[in-house]
Amino acid sequence: MSNLSNSASIEANRSGRLRDSLVDWVGDWGGVTIDAFSAIGEMALFAWSTLYWLMSRRPRRGTLLPILYQVGVLSLPVVALTGTFIGMVLAVQSFFQFQQLRMETRLGAVINMTLARELGPVLAATMLAGRVGSAMAAELGTMRVTEQIDALSSMGTNPVHYLVVPRFLAFVLLIPALTVMAVFMGVVGGYFYSVMILGIDKHHYLYNTREFVGSWDLFYGLAKSIFFGIATAIVSCYQGFNCTAGAEGVGKAATAAFVHSFVLILLLDLMLGISLDAIYFTLWPEGSSLF
Amino acid sequence: MMTALPPTQEQLDRPLIQVRDLSVRFGQQEVLRNINLSIPRGQSLVVIGESGCGKTVLLKTLIRLIAPTRGSVHFDGQDLAELSEKELTSQRIRCGYVFQNAALFDSMTVGQNVSFPLRQHTNMSDREILDRVRARLAEVGLPDSVMKKKPAELSGGMRKRVGLARALIMEPELILYDEPTTGLDPIMSDVINELMMRTRRNYSVTSIIVSHDMRTVRRVADRVVMICPVPRLQPEEPQMIFDGPPSELERCADRRVAQFVRGEAGERLMELRGSAAMSA
Repeated sequence: MSNLSNSASIEANRSGRLRDSLVDWVGDWGGVTIDAFSAIGEMALFAWSTLYWLMSRRPRRGTLLPILYQVGVLSLPVVALTGTFIGMVLAVQSFFQFQQLRMETRLGAVINMTLARELGPVLAATMLAGRVGSAMAAELGTMRVTEQIDALSSMGTNPVHYLVVPRFLAFVLLIPALTVMAVFMGVVGGYFYSVMILGIDKHHYLYNTREFVGSWDLFYGLAKSIFFGIATAIVSCYQGFNCTAGAEGVGKAATAAFVHSFVLILLLDLMLGISLDAIYFTLWPEGSSLF
Repeated sequence: MMTALPPTQEQLDRPLIQVRDLSVRFGQQEVLRNINLSIPRGQSLVVIGESGCGKTVLLKTLIRLIAPTRGSVHFDGQDLAELSEKELTSQRIRCGYVFQNAALFDSMTVGQNVSFPLRQHTNMSDREILDRVRARLAEVGLPDSVMKKKPAELSGGMRKRVGLARALIMEPELILYDEPTTGLDPIMSDVINELMMRTRRNYSVTSIIVSHDMRTVRRVADRVVMICPVPRLQPEEPQMIFDGPPSELERCADRRVAQFVRGEAGERLMELRGSAAMSA
């Protein structure tokens, strides 16, 4: 009898533990899901507030110009340099496969199309997120921690209008220019490596480029870059504005600004790629092919 | 600039700030609980209480830098929660806020910091702005040479004075001081106390000062309010454990008030001994 009751209590204990761990598991995942949704909601409200202030009043010239300089002019060298290397790396990586098919002159089309549609915009956006986005999150985060953002509000200046709108505008206006720079330098780098070092025929390289890479491809890259700019600016400013106290909080905000921007850039890249292809094949059903 | 109509008697009799059943909660932590406070024009109110009791949160809630979880704040008869962002902005211009660490913009010079509200909200010429900045800096005892300096080059006391000059530049009706003498030596604390008194005299402003410095209370206050941290209260006990003139502080029957005024740890020492015994 006592054996029976013992085994029954062990069974009851086991099922109790199982129930507890199941409850914990559901609770943990529930907490994570609620946090994720509330963060997305807060970011959406932050983006809405930015748009509202963007539409209601233009930022002053004095606040906009230094940020345009910081985002555009100071980012040009690093974007140009990385663009050049990416163009050359594409030539190095694709040459062997295309040579085996005796189609090495098609490298012009492959390298330049990849640059215009994909690597140029992604590279410019990544560089901007790393160079300017995280610095911006750290700057705004320090302002939050040292009550400078509260000081702006207390003096009747809306911090979103004064701090976020100029940064948002600088990103959206200048990211296409930086993308053009990344693509151009990539094209130059790819051409230099393919023609000067790998010895591919110059005429056919350029002919294939002209044949397969058109204005749609450039538009495709520039259109994507604007979305990347919007996402990076909003994410970076949001992280700065919601920075937690202390040096650790500022560090976390800077890291989160880059990581979240980068993930969002790649996610948007996929979504926009699918959408823009759908638009393209609706407009031109015969499409175009490399072969 | 718009010419404001002179205030009516009814407006003058109305309290400048009316706080009703104010509660603020951050997540699970209750910081302020059912605060009721009415502050008439021209009064100099000092809010005292131990660190972490919610004094700064109360001050920030008064100009809606923090939105209350429950209750309301009326500024000059208007509920701040019902104002649009633009209306709130125009109300905030009527207030000056001196932050604990001055909160000067570190990317700007002292001159740019002090002139910031004028450049944002007025169409004054550079000459007029410069004259007014010089006048305010002189009032807080700072020379013109400080205008070109960055906040990082200034001492704590100088930063506080620049913060006060910036808060005064729009000639506000209400000034909020967040721990104005914390972290300063006794002489500089006295200078700041004197400046607060002069500001009140020269501008006839209403002042709300958050402090735990009893010298500030004795020199500046017309009225003192003491608040106690929510976790140290009984379930239904009000958070404001003292509200009256500074002369009554010493006579207050509440042991917590007397201990704060005299700077005695009281039962807190027992807590320390308890934790020391536990660690041994």
